[in-house]
Amino acid sequence: MLSKILKKANKVQYANFATAKYRLAKDIPAGVETQHMNLFQAVNNALDIALQTDKTACLFGEDVKFGGVFRCSLGLNEKYGTDRVFNTPLCEQGIAAFGIGLATNGVTAIAEIQFGDYIFPAFDQIVNEAAKYRFRSGNQFDCGSLTIRTTWGAVGHGALYHSQSPEAYFAHTPGLKVVIPRDPIQCKGLLLASIRDKNPVIFFEPKALYRNAEADVPVMDYELDLHVADVIQEGTDITLIAWGTQVRVIQEAAKLAKEKLGVSCEVIDLQTIYPYDIDTLQKSVNKTGRCIISHEAPITCGVGSELAANIQEKCFLRLESPVKRVCGFDTPFPLVHEPIYLPDKWRVFDAIKKSVNY
Amino acid sequence: MIKNFRQVCRFALYQSALKTNSFQNLSKRAFCYVKHHKTFNDNEEIYTHQLSAASQPDTIPTFRVIDLQGSVLAPQYENIPDEILNKIFDTMVQVEEIDTILNMTQRQGKISFYMPSFGEQATTVGVGAALEFEDLVFPQYREQGTIIYRGYTVRDMLNQCIGNIHDLGKGRQMPVHYGSKALNFVTVSSPLTTQVPQASGAGYGYRLRGENKVAATYFGEGAASEGDWHAALNFAATLSCQTLFLCRNNKYAISTPVVDQYRGDGIAGKSIGYGIKTYRVDGNDALAVYHTVKEARNYIVTNKAPAFIEFMTYRIGDHSTSDHSVMYRTEDEISSWKSTNNPITRLGLYLKKSGRRVFDEAKDKEVRAAIKKDIIAALKEANEQKLPAWNTLFEDVYDQLTPNLKEQKEELRQHLNEYGEHYNLQKFASN
Ligand SMILES: Cc1ncc(C[n+]2csc(CCOP(=O)(O)OP(=O)(O)O)c2C)c(N)n1
Repeated sequence: MLSKILKKANKVQYANFATAKYRLAKDIPAGVETQHMNLFQAVNNALDIALQTDKTACLFGEDVKFGGVFRCSLGLNEKYGTDRVFNTPLCEQGIAAFGIGLATNGVTAIAEIQFGDYIFPAFDQIVNEAAKYRFRSGNQFDCGSLTIRTTWGAVGHGALYHSQSPEAYFAHTPGLKVVIPRDPIQCKGLLLASIRDKNPVIFFEPKALYRNAEADVPVMDYELDLHVADVIQEGTDITLIAWGTQVRVIQEAAKLAKEKLGVSCEVIDLQTIYPYDIDTLQKSVNKTGRCIISHEAPITCGVGSELAANIQEKCFLRLESPVKRVCGFDTPFPLVHEPIYLPDKWRVFDAIKKSVNY
Repeated sequence: MIKNFRQVCRFALYQSALKTNSFQNLSKRAFCYVKHHKTFNDNEEIYTHQLSAASQPDTIPTFRVIDLQGSVLAPQYENIPDEILNKIFDTMVQVEEIDTILNMTQRQGKISFYMPSFGEQATTVGVGAALEFEDLVFPQYREQGTIIYRGYTVRDMLNQCIGNIHDLGKGRQMPVHYGSKALNFVTVSSPLTTQVPQASGAGYGYRLRGENKVAATYFGEGAASEGDWHAALNFAATLSCQTLFLCRNNKYAISTPVVDQYRGDGIAGKSIGYGIKTYRVDGNDALAVYHTVKEARNYIVTNKAPAFIEFMTYRIGDHSTSDHSVMYRTEDEISSWKSTNNPITRLGLYLKKSGRRVFDEAKDKEVRAAIKKDIIAALKEANEQKLPAWNTLFEDVYDQLTPNLKEQKEELRQHLNEYGEHYNLQKFASN
């Protein structure tokens, strides 16, 4: 079935479509043509559209040419040629810098860092260079057509260097946008928006979902708004905030809370980690009066700390219990202890219980 | 299922690629996704029965056209048009005067920081003359000679050093961090060597679009020890980038002499290992610099591959106005270079001996005095200008103000409304 789908998808000439722009995935009208895809196929589909609709776009990184170690660039070298879809030497700082140089020279650069855990050799290029290019030159030069895609998050057995969630390091850097999708529909729209955004974007792909998240994804060329948080379940008693894989965890915890405690949870996917949509969070917490933020990354100085502080400033008079962070512990990401390291649904459930009983 | 899916998908994509004619005619590299077949072949290596470590190859010689007295050693390389050679000489003199005065200006506290390029003018001005104007330059910081050759004025420099409303960089960076889109000179940034692999990317862009331009990038021999330098050369070589690497080997990185920086045959010796066309040239010989850059540039656009030049020179001045270089090297060493291997003197002697320029000492003095006067006038003007308005602080972080920046700008506006008197706001232009 998959083969048929891809065969059909690749026959489509996306250049003939105008890009549809939506605020959120739920704004996409019903009845548009869709195909069943998992997350890696949604990435592949978005990359295919990006390369087809923009003749200057290039896709590169370690092992990208044969299809990528996660299959995200499958078939694209054959379709667009080795000048546009190619392998680089094994060197992350080189990949980021090469992408910045391409972007500075007017090329749409889609760089892949094979694992988020290996983005740190490129940290200097991303933080000191990409993020500051436009500002420091007085807008004479910029690398806005650069997007860095990389994998993200726990995967069951990834241990220290195949599990990390490094978003907080980058969210502390003005000039960058940081985006993390939760499912194939969002992933396609957010990735296309990131590639076409006029600022450097780091796009983290939850690798645990590459094959596990599936959905009927619109075939057309569409973009979803960067900046907008998605309220995926409305509720009245408490606001739960997460992103990426962790959205599923808080959804499950919300279900448990409903069943066992009769608590109505509002579930929000932040989607764009920076610059984030405080208005949606504020509105929700002002309604519910309680808030839990959950992420896989370690708790101290994680993105949850930023959100908690901001929500506390903006919703002080409405808060009925402390904003609680349910996160990874302040340890490196372990191998055999992964199940007890991760902020799973039971830890989120417990936090909900304590918050409503506060 | 996946296996089947991949096979079908590959075939389908290949078919559609043939049909869509998408971007095919770029180069021979298009559509070369093939599986690699490398069966064992014992003849691929050269075997020896003598156990020994490889030894260093011969030292790369340094290309020179005129000697220290300005006499011609290689007459076939004198063929630079008079007009260009004279412009090189004039610009070198101008750069020296500007450096002298701005260095002093910093000592008087009129600008906060400065970096002179004494001793390296033949390299930077010579490169400026030999490159095409459209070639994009990714500088380190000591290359004012190149941007001045392209038309950056002393007023532009002072506006940047002071950071006033006329600074193209909007007063955001330290002095000497020049940049000009109009002059194809990418804005300087302080982190060393970051620009070098970026130039590899930019050089790839030229090949991708089939343009006969090069991305040229400067760096010192100290900067060449950074990891980014390795990335840059390896990427440029393997990805066939139209990139020109320009190393100013001036023997010091702040206080660190080259013996503490590397032990091989300079920087050119390393470049060869990446499979890059490599030249070493006397950086104090403007004629040799000019010809080497011309040849390397020509090699790049003809072969769609990178080239590398190491300029052997000497940093006569202090590293910057924050440095006092006699702490780590002798006055004798500095003055020997200054008097016996000075790039301006050498070119002057050549021009005189060859009869290609008529020198008139009195007139030369007048020229230098006029440049000086102009710089001092420009400094006064630049100092009288307002600094960019406070709200420009929030601009250009992104292409548009983000919600958090809007909020913070408003917060600062309210704060300045109430406490403005504590911030010397009259220095800034009004919004
Ligand atoms: C990444 C980084 N490390 C250290 C510095 C501090 N620094 C500024 S210039 C310099 C020396 C550079 O020497 P070299 O590349 O030989 O160039 P030169 O100053 O001799 O022209 C150092 C260490 C820096 N700017 N960036």
